Amino acid sequence: MITTDILIIGAGPTGLFTVFEAGLLKLKCHLIDALPQPGGQCSEIYPKKPIYDIPAYPEILAGDLTDKLMEQCKQFEPGFTLGERADTIEKQEDGSFIVTTNKGTKHKAPVVAIAGGLGSFEPRKPLIDNISDYEDKGLEYMIKEPEMYRNKRVVIAGGGDSALDWSIFLSDVASEVTLIHRRNEFRGHLDSVEKVQELKSAGKINLITPAEVVGLEGEGKIESVTVKQEAKVFKKECDHFVPLFGLSPKLGPIANWGLEIEKNAIKVNNALDYQTNIPGIFAIGDVNTYPGKLKLILCGFHEATLMCQAAYQIINPGKRYVLKYTTVAGVDGFDGTRKEAPKAVVKAIE
Amino acid sequence: MENQDVNITIIDRDGVTHKIEAPTDMAMNLMEVVRSYELAPEGTIGVCGGMAMCASCQCYVLSDTELPEMQDEEEAMLSEAFYVKDNSRLGCQIPITPELEGLEVELAPES
Repeated sequence: MITTDILIIGAGPTGLFTVFEAGLLKLKCHLIDALPQPGGQCSEIYPKKPIYDIPAYPEILAGDLTDKLMEQCKQFEPGFTLGERADTIEKQEDGSFIVTTNKGTKHKAPVVAIAGGLGSFEPRKPLIDNISDYEDKGLEYMIKEPEMYRNKRVVIAGGGDSALDWSIFLSDVASEVTLIHRRNEFRGHLDSVEKVQELKSAGKINLITPAEVVGLEGEGKIESVTVKQEAKVFKKECDHFVPLFGLSPKLGPIANWGLEIEKNAIKVNNALDYQTNIPGIFAIGDVNTYPGKLKLILCGFHEATLMCQAAYQIINPGKRYVLKYTTVAGVDGFDGTRKEAPKAVVKAIE
Repeated sequence: MENQDVNITIIDRDGVTHKIEAPTDMAMNLMEVVRSYELAPEGTIGVCGGMAMCASCQCYVLSDTELPEMQDEEEAMLSEAFYVKDNSRLGCQIPITPELEGLEVELAPES
């Protein structure tokens, strides 16, 4: 069981900044995120895109913002459970919460801060009638263990980077790789597109375009896919079908935590501390809603800061505290580091 | 001041027709107009913020209004999206201009 002071669901900008603000109050944080890396949308969807409305940064790439936030909170030694989705929450008799992920990892904390943005990123599933029958029976929406495809016949569908990259990678592992895309053009990096072209010429990848997988067949597991290529419809035998159509965010299991939901977001008390209808559970950043809400990173930072003050009161009832400025008080990391403003040197004039 | 709005008809995902006015002077796009009139629930449209990276603002163009030509990013996204038809466009890639007067679109299903 992982224990911490504030359990943060979502490791995007708001979640990461919470670690810093909590650290100033000597509260420890642990973050859970469904993605394998921190940064949320910033690192998953648009790491190379510039953001222009972060105060004091006239322009910063989303990926760089993530790096800076990681650097800023590092001294407070946050824990991470990455690549796992927070699935259930149970309130304990002592008022704390236990949050369990889809992989069974348990986390215990007196305060939970949901900074889940638009939700957890789930693979987009193609519209094939019986698709759910074959999930994990030869059909995978993401490739986690490439070794399981060794000497197998694999059909990959999609036209983006992940479809191209995995086709290239698996061409050395699988006995047969077939890449199916709706168009003749791919939207991956130029060198991946060229590499696929090369492998196709070398007979190491079958390329079927413009085409779509429209059906799945097999007894208990995938044995073939039905391919529609313009007017032609045919079956392609295979052991695995891997549709790679990107990820889309879904509020997911959090929607069943008993929280008040409005407009696909969690209602909070914005007059005070961004607490939800369940005391001890807060929602900050893009995942919350209140009158006048704006989904901006800078608003998430503000919400995180106020939320930490309320968390302090829950964790340290009655214990006095006043806000301190980092310029005056410095920053004491949990890792033993200390940052402080250099003392002014006063020298008397003789 | 001269009225700078254009009249647009939007059929929402429940099949309800909305005749709305959209400003041409606020650098808005069609996805943002849908959001500003709350014609689709927040979180189900404009998910990526308007970067042609999610297709949640896909719509079908029903009128023969002349629209700006599709750029590579939009075309690539539509080539991977679901429920795509010949008249599919991404609302976020259609800026609101006076030329859109009389435009009629239907929102594609959520996916």
